[in-house]
Amino acid sequence: MSKFIMTRRGLLRAGAASGVALAAPMHFIRGAYAEDISCNMPKGDTVTFGWSVPLTGPYADEGADELKAFQLAVKHLNGEGDGGMIPTMKPAALKGNGILGKKVAQVHGDSQTKTDAARDNSKRMIERDGAIMISGGSSSAEAIAVQSLCQDMGVIHMSGLTHSNDTTGKDKKRYGFRHFFNAYQSGVALGPVIGEAYGKDRKAYHLTADYTWGWTQEESMKAATEALGWQTVAAVRTPLGSADFSQYITPVLNSGADVLILNHYGKDMVNSLTQAVQFGLRDKEVNGKKFEIVVALFSELMAQGAGDAVKGIYGTSNWDWKLDDDATKAFTKSFGQEYGAPPSQAAHTCYVQALLYADACERAGTFFAPAVIKALEGFEFDGLGNGSTLYRAEDHQCMKSCLVVQGKENPKDKYDLMEIVKVIPREATTYDPAIFGGELGPSDAKQC
Amino acid sequence: MDAILLQILNGLDKGGAYALIALGLTLVFGTLGVVNFAHGALFMLGAFCAVTFNKLLNLESVVIDPTQKTAWGTPLEVRTPYIEAWLGDFGKYLHDYSVPASILLAIPVMLIIGIVMERGLIRYFYKRPHADQILVTFGLAIVIQEIIKHFFGANPIPQPAPMAFGGTAYVGEFLGMGQTLAYPWWRIIYFLFSLGIIGAVFAFLQFTTYGMVVRAGMRDRETVGLLGIDIERRFTVVFGLAAVVAGVAGVMYTPILPPDYHMGMEFLVLSFVVVVVGGMGSLGGAVAAGFLLGILQSFASMNEVKAIIPGIDQIIIYLVAVVILLTLPRGLMGRKGVMED
Repeated sequence: MSKFIMTRRGLLRAGAASGVALAAPMHFIRGAYAEDISCNMPKGDTVTFGWSVPLTGPYADEGADELKAFQLAVKHLNGEGDGGMIPTMKPAALKGNGILGKKVAQVHGDSQTKTDAARDNSKRMIERDGAIMISGGSSSAEAIAVQSLCQDMGVIHMSGLTHSNDTTGKDKKRYGFRHFFNAYQSGVALGPVIGEAYGKDRKAYHLTADYTWGWTQEESMKAATEALGWQTVAAVRTPLGSADFSQYITPVLNSGADVLILNHYGKDMVNSLTQAVQFGLRDKEVNGKKFEIVVALFSELMAQGAGDAVKGIYGTSNWDWKLDDDATKAFTKSFGQEYGAPPSQAAHTCYVQALLYADACERAGTFFAPAVIKALEGFEFDGLGNGSTLYRAEDHQCMKSCLVVQGKENPKDKYDLMEIVKVIPREATTYDPAIFGGELGPSDAKQC
Repeated sequence: MDAILLQILNGLDKGGAYALIALGLTLVFGTLGVVNFAHGALFMLGAFCAVTFNKLLNLESVVIDPTQKTAWGTPLEVRTPYIEAWLGDFGKYLHDYSVPASILLAIPVMLIIGIVMERGLIRYFYKRPHADQILVTFGLAIVIQEIIKHFFGANPIPQPAPMAFGGTAYVGEFLGMGQTLAYPWWRIIYFLFSLGIIGAVFAFLQFTTYGMVVRAGMRDRETVGLLGIDIERRFTVVFGLAAVVAGVAGVMYTPILPPDYHMGMEFLVLSFVVVVVGGMGSLGGAVAAGFLLGILQSFASMNEVKAIIPGIDQIIIYLVAVVILLTLPRGLMGRKGVMED
């Protein structure tokens, strides 16, 4: 009877051989296994998108317009209607028959312009409705909260209207992508224009919405105006959703400032601008100069709310329906025929984000999130209304042109309240992603 | 000096709005014993009377012009307001003065809304605990808000003041201080209007037989009932009156704050604090506290004050409420026995 003797060397050899034998199949099935664990991979003949939009709260009107845009995008992606900007997008892998042969379904929830409601919405849409992508939001606080949730859950977040530097700066996430421009780019765009219009010797007083967007907007506007030689007299924070700004405006009157910069958006901007005009700020002369008001971020919807108060006021916009390119014309036509009014910049950015995500899935050939992320990172495209655009890989921020606009003195109708003063080219608004820090984090697939 | 005067003026117009809402709240609480959280919604409904009136004046004849197209390719609609086509210059004048003119619409509308609200819902909660009253009226406020949002959208709808009062009043010139002290005309008008309404309500309660009976009912409801007076009906009218006061306050506030469906809630919480500081059930207290808190809030927002105590403008009203309630538990002019059961 032979005796089995295991030597130390034999044991090591046998162990190594067993390890290789066991690991070999994993090498060949690793892709398939990874796709299985990516959150909400569609199994039937539909793929579900989730829209978290503010239908109540200070940004409710933007939210309503965003939802219209998403619904139009889904229609176009599924091959209904005139296709909107799908035919103008270059390069485009979209075929107008859904995405990868699956029809697009959609769910939505009211984020109430509140971060906790936005997170609850998104979580519900991911866990209950099986949403593979979340988009929407009209406030940076919402966007940052939701993209962080999406990073944890392994679902891509294509943010809507968010303008804080932090969204793709210190709070950027691998699973979060932003098409909209940011506060820094507003400052870069607006600075030279107001410097030329109002001169280099000015004293500015800032009123700022007290949350992430307002803070970064104030910082960017201060940097831009101080670079012109302007002095900052004071920067006062106001709670988001304030109704009566008179208590913040009265101190401006005797502050020695000759420019009021409103770092407000939505209903806050409508109220603060209206009340600033009522207090006679625009009729005042201070330091021998006419008192001026500047609004950092502007939209047609806000201009409608503020009425005559917007006339002559400078601000910035991501996009405007009056731009003269084929993509803008196609989208305005589609949207106008569907809803009887031109789209806002909020509607535009949301529509574009839906198309960009769908296109990335087509190009990647899968809904597997890490592959879609790779397809979006560094993607260079055109024909979506902002000219040549890069989805920058380093911070997931779109590098593209933006607009300096001014309230029109003699509008033709209620949709013609702003005129485009200058298109600021992509080269001028491009910046080093390192200046805002932050880490994108891993792109590992997750099971939700 | 002019900075201080400016804060006083600012406090007076804000205080006027607080006082008008708090006055209505106190009237309802003092007569019916109901804590009405839907009162802010009545303020908002009044504002939307102004919006509706303006929309009525803006009704237009629409003619399709096939020779012109919109940017999205549909034929252009040429619109002309009927009122200007029919009435010419008077139509334009009416259009300009649409906010004050809409008071004529707001008074009957708000009176009816108030009476329907009281008869249809509130009266079933007279004998229920205050917590039930708060819940049902808060729910009602949300329902009213959502209805308004459905019909008018969520965006603020600007209502311009008449051209003659849309500008700035250089108050300093009247005081020999030059043009340094300026204040919006309409806010001054609003302050004077609030004084007028407050005076009218007090005169009604003080100098009319109807008012005398209501005051007696506020003191001792059962005894007044035993005298053969239908005090319930009078209190219903008082509820309607409170709705009218809140409504006209809302109408006149629209050029100051573009109305939206949520504006009532923004004033409601502060107005409740005003009622508590003034003393539950005390009309004079509500008015005094309204102006007092308006002025204090205005002073607290001065940069010089905020430099000493950052954020004081956000908490001043609540801070004052805490101090008043610690030193005068019934508020400034509260009566013994009110809400002390």
